[in-house]
Amino acid sequence: MTQLLLFNLFNGLIVGAFYALMALGLSLILNLSGVINFAHGGFLALGAYIAYTLIPYVGFWGGLLLAPFLTAGLGLVVERLLIRRLYGRDPLYSLLLTFGLAYVLEDVTRVIWGAQSVPYPIPAWLASPLSHDLFFLTGYRLFMVALVAIAVGGLFFILNRTRLGMRIRAGTLDLETVSVLGVNVRILRNLNFGLGIYLAGLAGVLAAGMLGLQPTIGTSLIMPSFVAIIVGGLGSLPGTLLGGLLIGVASGITTVFFPSATEAVIYVMMGVVLLVRPRGLLGEEGRIQ
Amino acid sequence: MNGINRTTTSALIWLVLLTMPYWMGAVGGYTELASRVLVLGLAAMALNFLLGFTGVLSFGHAAYFGLGAYGVGMVLKYLVPSTPLAIVAGVAVGTLAAMIIGALIVKLRGVYFAMVTIAFGQVFFFIAFRWNSVTGGDDGLTGWKRQPLDLGFTTIDILGNDKAFYYFVLVLFALAVACMALLLRSPFGRTLLAIRENERRARFLGIPVEQHIWLSFVISCMFVALAGTLYALLNNFTDPRALRWDQSGNFVIMAVLGGMRSFWGPLVGAAIFVVLQDYVSSQTANWMSFIGMFFILVVLFFPRGVAGILRRRTTS
Repeated sequence: MTQLLLFNLFNGLIVGAFYALMALGLSLILNLSGVINFAHGGFLALGAYIAYTLIPYVGFWGGLLLAPFLTAGLGLVVERLLIRRLYGRDPLYSLLLTFGLAYVLEDVTRVIWGAQSVPYPIPAWLASPLSHDLFFLTGYRLFMVALVAIAVGGLFFILNRTRLGMRIRAGTLDLETVSVLGVNVRILRNLNFGLGIYLAGLAGVLAAGMLGLQPTIGTSLIMPSFVAIIVGGLGSLPGTLLGGLLIGVASGITTVFFPSATEAVIYVMMGVVLLVRPRGLLGEEGRIQ
Repeated sequence: MNGINRTTTSALIWLVLLTMPYWMGAVGGYTELASRVLVLGLAAMALNFLLGFTGVLSFGHAAYFGLGAYGVGMVLKYLVPSTPLAIVAGVAVGTLAAMIIGALIVKLRGVYFAMVTIAFGQVFFFIAFRWNSVTGGDDGLTGWKRQPLDLGFTTIDILGNDKAFYYFVLVLFALAVACMALLLRSPFGRTLLAIRENERRARFLGIPVEQHIWLSFVISCMFVALAGTLYALLNNFTDPRALRWDQSGNFVIMAVLGGMRSFWGPLVGAAIFVVLQDYVSSQTANWMSFIGMFFILVVLFFPRGVAGILRRRTTS
């Protein structure tokens, strides 16, 4: 029983790390540009498939390194061509546009790489369990958790210590003033979008190693990411991180006791949070209006 | 002038709807397609009650659509073989869910409202998907059929006769649309418009904004649930896709495509969407790309929809 609980707890933590990585990217874009990027899951799948295609040429590590950057590059192009036109308009339009984009990305992925699920190769030394008792503790899983931690640390470093990051944070609070102070807001939003998509790409590469590859891999992760943002608190990136981990662990634990509610439990959590604290666990006051 | 225009438009639309089953075949359609236009048109118009006339962006209406669909199916399968009772039950289930969820979210606005409605929609999807023994899970709820209407003195065979079912749907459609039109003309409807135009000012005037938005949400979901029940009756089947998020997106694009500021616009949008989807999915396996591109093109080039284009023509 203890082992089962530990297993699912750890599983939940990993899933939560994915949610958090996705949700942080979504949150960055939402906070600065007011756009809910429905196509985030599509970018995630794209990142995973790009890595899959690169691996025969550059190896596992090369794929891990390059694919998120290539995905982010694509994100920059998409923002430049499509999403930029919709800033300042009713959020309805950006929502519909990214919704359509999600369809297109999923279909394109399916056409290029096929609808069938394919295994994603990971180095043998990462795939084996570390100990016999804790069979679920493979090197790859630990490695994944570590990498997510590094990525999140890197993100907060960029936001808190670099000029770009400070401008992003300032823009989140008051974009107009930032613009008046001489920052090119168009470029800022473009780079911010790219950063968000980079995180989606990275999440995709990591998820592929654990779940295998299929065109719908992103679709199953995007809804929980919304929940992570809402539970954690709108406008707060630490909140988003916390929300992601929390709902991951909650659904992991629920799997032990009531398996058929694994997915539903996070929405119940969202309902409770909205009831007792509408702005989310770490959300800023007044952000929801 | 405007009043006359509006009356002519309405008369024209009713004429088209009343005669649709008789010319649908001649233009390459079929009666079931006409019924689908009507049902999804009702859903889009109901969504637009909230979207276009209250100014609140819900992206989760498929949940209530699907609840109506499952409600009707389950009553017919497990409880009583009566179509009207099943419809009432389906609508009641959808409305009840909307009342509860509406109360949780009325304080949210804009993108956040949209995000929470999307997320809540998923709960019902997972329940339908997971609760295999009752809902049929991924395969959908089968093993039931809509029942002929028993009016006491005569029965109407809406099961075997496609045209009879179409007119049955049309009667309910007309009732629902009339209700919405009356509500929008009432002081309550005018207040909703005031909230849409300037929420802060409405609040200063002493209007209980949250209550109005909640009520508008519940009314909108109630008619969407009605559309859901009719959709399930049309297909004699329902599956979890009826309440998945992509269905919500379809409703929103129908409303936008037809014109959110127009009462009839969403019906026109639904007609275009349904016919296009029917055609494209019969031609190619990559219909997702087509629909996706369609979304993008509508947003970029026709944000005001068909009604917006027509209006610009007549005023310029």
